[in-house]
Amino acid sequence: MDGMIPPFARAAAGPRLSRRGLGAALGALVLGASLPRRMAHAEGAAPPPPGTRVSAFLEIHPDGRFRLLSPFVEGGQGIATTMAQIMGEELDVDPARFEVECAPPGLDYAVVDGMRMTGGSSSTRSSYAIMRRLGATARDMLLRAAATRWKVRPEQLVTENGQVLHRQSGRRLTYAALAGEAMALPPAETVRLRDPRTFRYIGKPFARLDMRDKSTGRAAYSIDTRVDGMLQAAVQHAPRIGAEAGDFLNEAEVRAMPGVHSIHRLKDAVAVVADSWWRARRAVETLKVDWKPGQGGLPEDFSSAGMLAALKAERGTGAVAEEKGDTEAALRGAAKVIEAEYDAPYLSHAQLEPPSALARFNADGTLDLWLPNQMPELFQGAAAQVAGLKPEEVRLHSPMLGGFFGRHFLYDFANPFQQAIQLAQAVQRPVKVIWSREEEFARDAVRPMGFTRFRAGLDANGMPVGLQAAVVGEGPIGRYFGAAMGNPPVDPSMVEGIVERPYAIPNRRIDCVRHPQPAVIAFWRSVGHSMNEFFYESFLDEIAAAGGKDPFALRMELLKDSPRQRDLLRAVGDLSGGWKRGPYEAEGGKRARGVALASAFNTEVATIAEVSIAEGEVQVHEVWVAIDPGSIVNPAIITNQVQSAVALGLSSSLLEEVVYEKGAPQARNFDAYPILNRTRMPRVRVRIIESGAPMGGIGEPGLPGVPPAVANAVAALTGQRVRSLPFSKTRFGAV
Amino acid sequence: MIELTINGTTRQIDVEGDTPLLWVLRDTLGMTGTKYGCGIAQCGACSVLLDGQATRSCVTPVESAVGAQITTIEAIETLPVGKKVVAAWVGGEVPQCGYCQSGQVIAATALLQQTPKPTDEDIAAAMTNLCRCGTYNNIADAVRHAASAA
Ligand code: FES
Ligand code: FES
Repeated sequence: MDGMIPPFARAAAGPRLSRRGLGAALGALVLGASLPRRMAHAEGAAPPPPGTRVSAFLEIHPDGRFRLLSPFVEGGQGIATTMAQIMGEELDVDPARFEVECAPPGLDYAVVDGMRMTGGSSSTRSSYAIMRRLGATARDMLLRAAATRWKVRPEQLVTENGQVLHRQSGRRLTYAALAGEAMALPPAETVRLRDPRTFRYIGKPFARLDMRDKSTGRAAYSIDTRVDGMLQAAVQHAPRIGAEAGDFLNEAEVRAMPGVHSIHRLKDAVAVVADSWWRARRAVETLKVDWKPGQGGLPEDFSSAGMLAALKAERGTGAVAEEKGDTEAALRGAAKVIEAEYDAPYLSHAQLEPPSALARFNADGTLDLWLPNQMPELFQGAAAQVAGLKPEEVRLHSPMLGGFFGRHFLYDFANPFQQAIQLAQAVQRPVKVIWSREEEFARDAVRPMGFTRFRAGLDANGMPVGLQAAVVGEGPIGRYFGAAMGNPPVDPSMVEGIVERPYAIPNRRIDCVRHPQPAVIAFWRSVGHSMNEFFYESFLDEIAAAGGKDPFALRMELLKDSPRQRDLLRAVGDLSGGWKRGPYEAEGGKRARGVALASAFNTEVATIAEVSIAEGEVQVHEVWVAIDPGSIVNPAIITNQVQSAVALGLSSSLLEEVVYEKGAPQARNFDAYPILNRTRMPRVRVRIIESGAPMGGIGEPGLPGVPPAVANAVAALTGQRVRSLPFSKTRFGAV
Repeated sequence: MIELTINGTTRQIDVEGDTPLLWVLRDTLGMTGTKYGCGIAQCGACSVLLDGQATRSCVTPVESAVGAQITTIEAIETLPVGKKVVAAWVGGEVPQCGYCQSGQVIAATALLQQTPKPTDEDIAAAMTNLCRCGTYNNIADAVRHAASAA
């Protein structure tokens, strides 16, 4: 597809911001109101490395408020609270006292491998050490400031929840009273961190900070933003990406509708600006547009069925993603060879907050922009391009997200901020664009379609001796980062979950066979893992069946060299009351269980699901999850994230599928794209295991094990092996 | 002019009579606690109380709400049951992204006002709002907790 902003082209190189431009943004980020100006921004000095400048992350206000500027955006994953816990632990301030906000764009916040994003389940693990050090550095500055004031040695002082104490004399001062002096001090090169054995906040189920606001309607999202003099806009996208607006057939009628300000032609859409969003929407949906085929975009005959057929027909060999031993020879010498093909559909993010963007040009030519996003600097740069400004002339605001799951990266045709900028320029007023749910389904970037072909060879004892897989398709890493990475032949987001499995299968070969997909593809919670563990772990159960083995016992045996995963498998077995496959009688019907392992984002997960069949459909009653993220910050947040990941894993595998026909997705609302409701939610039990391995991710790893655990349970119960998602495509007979 | 009673206050509103109540609340009155999710009565994010009934305001023409007592999430804690529900939501740490939760709290309040001691079936029948973050188990626990709170 051509003529588009390459979404991640600048990401790998890190945010492009000039020091001069940062001044405006960072000037406000002072620690304490009395911080001398020269400390706020040393013009011309070499920029400090990301994650080291205390005043970029922490403000201590004279009224005793602690404001934490987080590199990450809160969207339900609890990262605001996690950051407060880590910072509070070392600063010695109760995390409940923090106000946490997503920081504006700035080099200081490039703490995820030199860039900044909220994604990849990377927030806590990437910034854990950084936030600890920042908290400890700030505490040390406060101690030294107090020591100077009292003319004592810093070693004689202690801190206690936001105060510095001199025990000998009984004197005490609040951090707020010391903040100005403290920040004038040079930060220490090295600071002592707290002994983890004395942690009060880290590792504890600390209550999330935003619960009240979110239970009383006070939490404000992008869609809720408003500014003085603002107009609102609604859009009608082209029926297919690539089509272009020709004549308006009833323009006079639409112009005369109540509240209508103006009608606009945009790339890929037409828009109506009005005095309220409902009036704008009414008008734009009344507007009759003569859409012309146009150039490029999605082919007019593009369909998901055609895409799947093309992936299945792809016989290219691709590139080797993993190779061990001699798989061809192992398969030739095997007592038994089995084969299977698996596929998974396009998926929508379907986060509950529809996308929006509010653009306001200011008298000095700068632009304020509010929009849901997972990468502030990237959007700042893209917005500057659209507006014809320098990045530092764009003040980007990143409100709380009403769900994201990978939705709010920069994808072609998938973000409304370009429309808001163009409309604000055209009408010379601030404009907020909201996409209706229908327009969102029309332009959401989708989880790629997946297809994998497996072959396995078993020896006479039923043990797998060789495994071969061809993973066919395209992944978001390859599409969006490929060029920046020098176009490696293997796209890790295609093969993750199929390569580097912990099982002792002596010969294996995994090929990455790239086959481009015209649809605009996206990151979607757990990315390639969202389908690849389904493929692999389902096929592993097929191997067990072919070898006459119990799937749990076979996994145990194959994990002989992987003690971490072995422990986890045992743990999930215990959590479920002891492994049993079934079928067995329970609550007046037949049920069975399935098991699956997942390794994602440096976290290991073992999942067991219990299912029955009712009226031809899969019912999931219980899900048990043992998760080992190495070490943790907040067990309550982890438990909730696992609940959430189970729900999304189940929703996608039971119900979801974006169907394209004639170049366009067919479902435009939740009536035609059903998502998991309360009646389908199983009971979920979680056990967290801290093996001490390097800290892994939390937001995504709970998802990949769910679809295969369910599929394996269904196979145990019905004898039917589901190899194509979602389950709702398959009707099951009575059991 | 259309006259509405919202959270005990009378408001005069100048919009087309078929405008959904949701957009009157959000745009005309600036009360953004009530959320837009789907616009077709599928998700429940837009729920408000209309004479105590949980009602999906995205498909409620504003003229049909004339004469009714409208309660939105902004005033939920002025109701004794609403106050208990919010306490249970906060205590049970129900919300994740939070976007659906205004509607969930409204639905739970309506349920417990009508059925102070709901069975699991009552909860299932009343709590039909969607949550993409999958907070359903916490929601059910919080409803039970609010019901048992004195
Ligand atoms: S917005 Fe009203 S039900 Fe979804
Ligand atoms: S908490 Fe996010 S949609 Fe319910």
